[in-house]
Amino acid sequence: MSDNLQPRGSDDATFAQPLYTPIKRRSFFMYAGATAGASALVLAGCSKDSPDPVKPNLPNGNSTTADGSISLGSGDVGVLNYAYALEQLEADFYAKVAAGSVLSGAELAYFQQVAKHEAIHRDFFKAAITRDAPGQTLRGLTPKYPTGTFDTRTSILATAKAFEDLGVSAYNGAGKLIKNAAYLVIAGQIVSVEARHAAYIRDLIAPGTFAEDGNAATSVNAQGLDLVMTPTAVLATAQAFITEKLDGSSIGVNA
Amino acid sequence: MNFFNIINQLAEVDPDVMGRLDTRRSVFNSLTTLGKRTALAAGPALLASFFTKAYAGTTAGDPKEVFNYALSLELLEADFYKKMVASQYFSGQSAAYQGAINQILKNENAHVALLQAVVSGIGGTPVTGNAFSTTVFNGLGSFAAQLEVAQLLEDTGVRAYKGRAGDLLGIADVTIGGTAYNPLETALRIHSVEARHAAHIRTMRGQTPWITGSGDKDSQPNYAGAIPESNTTQSGVSLIAANAITPNTTYSAADAAASFDEILTPTEVGALVTPLKQ
Repeated sequence: MSDNLQPRGSDDATFAQPLYTPIKRRSFFMYAGATAGASALVLAGCSKDSPDPVKPNLPNGNSTTADGSISLGSGDVGVLNYAYALEQLEADFYAKVAAGSVLSGAELAYFQQVAKHEAIHRDFFKAAITRDAPGQTLRGLTPKYPTGTFDTRTSILATAKAFEDLGVSAYNGAGKLIKNAAYLVIAGQIVSVEARHAAYIRDLIAPGTFAEDGNAATSVNAQGLDLVMTPTAVLATAQAFITEKLDGSSIGVNA
Repeated sequence: MNFFNIINQLAEVDPDVMGRLDTRRSVFNSLTTLGKRTALAAGPALLASFFTKAYAGTTAGDPKEVFNYALSLELLEADFYKKMVASQYFSGQSAAYQGAINQILKNENAHVALLQAVVSGIGGTPVTGNAFSTTVFNGLGSFAAQLEVAQLLEDTGVRAYKGRAGDLLGIADVTIGGTAYNPLETALRIHSVEARHAAHIRTMRGQTPWITGSGDKDSQPNYAGAIPESNTTQSGVSLIAANAITPNTTYSAADAAASFDEILTPTEVGALVTPLKQ
């Protein structure tokens, strides 16, 4: 193509020719095509509405989804809000137990300590998420319980066991979704305390069932591995105790 | 103690830091260039703090090394409980006590078998030996004395696993016997079982299932370390002064310490368990 734009020779034999040879027709369309393509790219870059398949729009924590659910957010923020949601539920449950009169003596004293642990977990997550992901902190949730949950020791222990084992399952399953090692260490620091709670409560229900209870699906398995659940499965269970509808579909998902 | 702020500060000078911190190895790979930029912003103290807290004790990021580290602890524990069951004091215990020790021994043996398979599965050679010292064991003159050591072993194990979790971030699944195991998830699932064991043994000994700081063994070095179990600040958040978060609420140091377990580095764990090995 460059030949078409080159000045011809300046000797006398070629002097009469036009200074520039006209661009061949085919070459002209090559230029035109390239220009059109470049214009299209510029326009695409300017468009705010153009879909971007490389980086999908991931929800912010505490945003409202199309169906009216509250999103826990994406990436590590999603994992942190997921933990915060579960800790809110646990803290509320134990606060009610600790303030009640069904349990007594050493048992009540221990449940009051567990209530503090869960409240501290809840407050920690609120502070950490607010600092690290301003504006994405999950709102305060409204727990709800089946009728009679707080009426008997049996019901309290059964609910506590369900919550603690669910918490262990959740943290164990969420670890691999975390990208930031510092957050992973925090999750590890909390899950072992939840496991201590779970063991204590299981022993109250049936002495010696701290790890296994004869049901491989609900306790440590034959390989010595503890419970694990995906966020989807955990939230399906937890949702029954939470008034607001939660959406955890982007937990751990990164752009 | 401020994990999040450190990461945030790193992110300010290196926007890609989140993506490049997936594994400890990548941290070292990026350290040269990252260090130059970070040095201007925060100085070497920040990096030192970062590695101490987020990657504590990670002298090697090889998952084979991490799982052999775990295996060596499980071998020690399994042999200890095997010796407990075989000891002269065992038969006189209640069915509940015997059942608990047998349950824990069963779990530890399962951990040994699984970890041996994981190490082999990722191309390593499983460590062997690591028996519990017969001399030390024979010096334990009662079932109660044995339980004291059991508590220290379990609580130390919980802290040891926690200290290596960051090394396993992003490590690919391992297939064993046709089943895929995520290395990090597997380690976490063993870690929480150790916590269940610790809680039960502490209860058998009349201690709180969690570590409040007022237990009869809480002054042992197993509960100390660069970050002691008495720590009440997590990621720069004071857990006691949480009244700033939930108005008019304060928490005791005991509750704050008990609500988070702490890590131990491999060096710290080595100092604690080496005297117990055969």
